[in-house]
Amino acid sequence: MMLGLYNNLNTFLVIGALLFGIGIYGIVTRKTLIGMLIAAELILAGSSINFMAFNRFTAPDPVTGQIFTLFIMAVAAAEAAIGLSIIIAVYRHFKSIDAEDAVQLQG
Amino acid sequence: MVASPALLSVDGLVGVVFLIMVAITLIGGLIACNSERLVRSVAGLIVCFVGVAGIYYFLNSPFVAMMQILIYVGAVAVTISFAIMLAAPEEKKKTGVAGPLSGPLGFGTAALIAGGFAVLALRTEWPVQDKINDGSIKLIGIQLLTDHSMVFELISIVLLIAILGALVIARDGREDS
Repeated sequence: MMLGLYNNLNTFLVIGALLFGIGIYGIVTRKTLIGMLIAAELILAGSSINFMAFNRFTAPDPVTGQIFTLFIMAVAAAEAAIGLSIIIAVYRHFKSIDAEDAVQLQG
Repeated sequence: MVASPALLSVDGLVGVVFLIMVAITLIGGLIACNSERLVRSVAGLIVCFVGVAGIYYFLNSPFVAMMQILIYVGAVAVTISFAIMLAAPEEKKKTGVAGPLSGPLGFGTAALIAGGFAVLALRTEWPVQDKINDGSIKLIGIQLLTDHSMVFELISIVLLIAILGALVIARDGREDS
């Protein structure tokens, strides 16, 4: 009874929501900055799945969603590059990638 | 609800492959968020992205699936593992939970958000419109350079600036520079 699931919009929306939730969980619980970045990639993947699902099942032009997902990928790559270079700069300064150690602005 | 095909028919086997892809995606995501070491976390991320590429394939988009493998598995995951090797010293590669309360609170937040989205998706009647084309790779290329050419140029500038900015930020503060 589960074998017909791949032809159903709701399946993909639930998968996207689950990935989004896993990413939120990772961002909240992870201690290191790189762990948070990995969780943010999961959130982006979840939202991309939502775009692709609507693109496949409801949108009249099935090209637009694919192009949107490609742009999400490009922005995610830029975000990963900038984020990782900031993490490396933070590591040089504080000798740690824990989010709790970067407390220079704390009063 | 669509009728379920028999297990050994073509549609049934496709359904089995789909369920495997979904399992790979979710298990990879859980590994990426729960493993003790950051390197294993990146490995889980790679597994998750391969599963997501399979899901894209089921959504009639082999081109986006290929791009997912190329960009995420080939570039982003490798960049993250380089950053782990550069930034995390050997004895501090372990990552734990941020505090005693963050585990349950994080789980509660994530469950609320994911459950809310899922209920919202299941209870809404989405309007379905007729397709005006088949979404082939050729049409993607044509639309990228005609209808969406402005965004296409903008995204290249964003990527260029991101690369330059990443170099500048990461270079700043090196001892020998």
